[in-house]
Amino acid sequence: MSSADTLEAFKRDGRIVIVGASLAGLRTAEALRDKGFTGSLTMIGDELGEPYDRPPLSKQVLTGWVPADGTVLPRRRDIDAEWLLGVPADGLDLATNHVHLADGREVPFDRMLISTGVRARPWFVEAEAALDGVFVVRTREDAEGLQQAMAAGPSRVLIIGAGFTGSEIASICRERDIAVTVAELAPAPLVGGLGAMIGEVAADIQRAHGVDLRCGVKVTQLEGDAQGHFRRAHFDDGSTVDADVAVVALGGIRNTEWLRDSGLAVGIWGVACDAGCRAFDLNGLVTDDIFVAGDVARCPNPIYEYRFISLEHWANAVEQAEIAAHNMLSAQADRWPHLSIPTFWSIQFGINIKSVGVPTFADEVVVTQGSVPDHRFVAAYGYQGRVTAAVSFNNAKWLDHYRQLIETAAPFPPPCPTPDTPADAKPVPVDFPGPTLLAQGATVVVTGHDPGERRVTAMRQHR
Amino acid sequence: MTTTEAPDLLHRILDYSSRSDPYPLYAELRETPVALQEDGSYVISTYREIAGILHNPHLSSDVRNLSRPMPGAEERATPSFINLDPPEHDRLRRLAMRHFGPPHTPGLVSGMAPDLTNIVSSLIDDFAGKEQIDIVDDFAYPFPVTVICHLLGVPREDEPRFRVWVNAIIDSINYDPKTDPKEKLDNGVQATKDLRQYLGGLLEQRHGHPGDDLLTRFANDDGPDGRMTDEEIISTANLLLIAGHETTVNLITNGMLTLLRHPQVLQRLRDEPDLVVPLVEELLRYEPPVHIIPWRAAYSDITVADTVIPKGSQIMLMLASGSRDPDRFGDPDRFDPDRQDNQHLGFGSGIHLCFGGPMARLETQIALTELVRRLEGPRLVADPPPYRPSPVLRGPIHLPIEQS
Repeated sequence: MSSADTLEAFKRDGRIVIVGASLAGLRTAEALRDKGFTGSLTMIGDELGEPYDRPPLSKQVLTGWVPADGTVLPRRRDIDAEWLLGVPADGLDLATNHVHLADGREVPFDRMLISTGVRARPWFVEAEAALDGVFVVRTREDAEGLQQAMAAGPSRVLIIGAGFTGSEIASICRERDIAVTVAELAPAPLVGGLGAMIGEVAADIQRAHGVDLRCGVKVTQLEGDAQGHFRRAHFDDGSTVDADVAVVALGGIRNTEWLRDSGLAVGIWGVACDAGCRAFDLNGLVTDDIFVAGDVARCPNPIYEYRFISLEHWANAVEQAEIAAHNMLSAQADRWPHLSIPTFWSIQFGINIKSVGVPTFADEVVVTQGSVPDHRFVAAYGYQGRVTAAVSFNNAKWLDHYRQLIETAAPFPPPCPTPDTPADAKPVPVDFPGPTLLAQGATVVVTGHDPGERRVTAMRQHR
Repeated sequence: MTTTEAPDLLHRILDYSSRSDPYPLYAELRETPVALQEDGSYVISTYREIAGILHNPHLSSDVRNLSRPMPGAEERATPSFINLDPPEHDRLRRLAMRHFGPPHTPGLVSGMAPDLTNIVSSLIDDFAGKEQIDIVDDFAYPFPVTVICHLLGVPREDEPRFRVWVNAIIDSINYDPKTDPKEKLDNGVQATKDLRQYLGGLLEQRHGHPGDDLLTRFANDDGPDGRMTDEEIISTANLLLIAGHETTVNLITNGMLTLLRHPQVLQRLRDEPDLVVPLVEELLRYEPPVHIIPWRAAYSDITVADTVIPKGSQIMLMLASGSRDPDRFGDPDRFDPDRQDNQHLGFGSGIHLCFGGPMARLETQIALTELVRRLEGPRLVADPPPYRPSPVLRGPIHLPIEQS
């Protein structure tokens, strides 16, 4: 049988298993059916209920505008799948091509997609995390709980972490006229994603909206009352804040533990894959039947010097789903690389923030259009003389132009003025806080001497 | 993609004899995506180049950035936001949008659906007993005029007065000093003054008086951006009055013409009223009401498809040609209401994207749905029908039809 016949047979009655039934998983399933896959499709998800959308959970759901169960993802087509929901996968056997479920079931496949995403990073002291009034926001149950706590009229909400999620929740608090303290270890909000200059703008905006913003501080302890309800937070500078609700917004942890013994290239940044969404194994060899998409994928991007980049962006999940589905059903020569320029958006304090490119891949930033004091501007990011990203505050309609600049490696700073170029536009250092996650220790050891024998094995972390 | 001079081709497109079918000439034009003209201006005709430049912040809509001033420009009054750049454009558009769409006024357009249906129904009722119906004069013109008058707060009975001015203004949009009599330009300039004076008179009565129409709301607004000056309100009202109906007349008329040329689609629309939504999008691609953005200015040097357009150059954007570009749309000359991924240029793109697009969509959806539902065996009296003079805002001047 030729390889074309094999591929046709697979498309006709192969078995595809998708682990992770959220945006990336659902879109992959729909794309597979769109592209003519008629075999069996199994969707495995640890949450019960239909796949749902997460961006509204830190926005419209918290204002009470949209109910938490109102964000079910629209179905673009029937996917005719078997749904195994409410039970997480806890292992993957590449020798026999089986997914193990936590309840002991085993699900065989010919090809599979890993789209297990990210979970919220919990508060580091378990007993404190368990206090009433302490929340993370990742699932719709989380958002529902926090919405109710906000509706109960708390005296103050404490938000730990001023990244995008934390800042959006702070914005909702102010919109609901709830007193809010935001605690951030970095010198300003959004610094980790957008750098120091934008961080300063974000800090001004938060303070102008009445947020009690405390930067450069660490929350050391969450204190509860006798009833087990959160009441007070302690900071490393000795100060305290009294509040009824604490929201832990310290980013996510990629759901890869279940793959620990799978032999795939798995780490804190997710599952490494090629630009075609095919997973790498531990040796750095690409697999042919295992694909990755969404928040859990860690994918090299040629535009950014082939660095492996993990993106927790809605659009990235959608685009990788399309690529993964196409490549699952294609012969080697017909495979597509995932080359979209990343985009994301946020809405906070009445401001639409939108970005194109990878702002962290930059050494300088310059305001190219609009006015920073008016909070309407576009800032371009550059790395060694070329444009690598742009961020807009209430000015998103120009970003398509900046996408083109990134795609064509246009010079930075952009040389020509626009009608709304600020008079004092000058590039400044982008100034990201240093990488805090580099010193993790070794992840693998290499064994064998002959080139045909050399392999790596994973090293468990002892510290 | 190199620049060549093809001045004859553009003149043939603008010539009235091409009005009923400019599309073969557009196809010829697209062979040179960026075409330098004899007079130093540039014509852009392919989809990706047009879409790209509409998002290019180096493109200016302000006539003052042209190195060679356009005839009559200095005589025209305060520009409306369509002819301004950020940040002024953004401020004025924001001030107007506060009263027209989300986030501050959500539901205004969709809330007008019952009224629109009533206006359409009564116009169609009036067809009774007529041997011939002119879709333009009996329907596609009075409908949007009634709507925009109501929305703006302009008395409907003044229509005969402002119609003369609007016609003169539309006529002068593509004034060409080489071929047109100076009178055409002078008439346009005078009509602009007259229309402004008329709107100024209406505005005077609105200060301090509450009301729902846009003129009143503009006159009494105190939002975060402050209030528009009277001059700014008049310019904005002027723009909305003209753009609010001239283009919709053509969209509805082009729509009926296209349906009569595609009887099987017309029948489908009768059977599946929901088809009207994608059908109107396809119409905006296939027979759009605005064919050309006659001029924009290069604020600094702009590179398009490897051609450097020097600062100060005049740029003409052939929107209707871009929407028929086979590099972007499969089988582009086919009218296909089921077309997917239909990001046409019918409303332009970027910061100047049609302000009234949502209104035009709804008006046309309701108009076409009701026309095909109620007309019995409609057929064209003449194909092609006679066209209006303008190559920019293109559409039939009359569309006579008969029923069985």
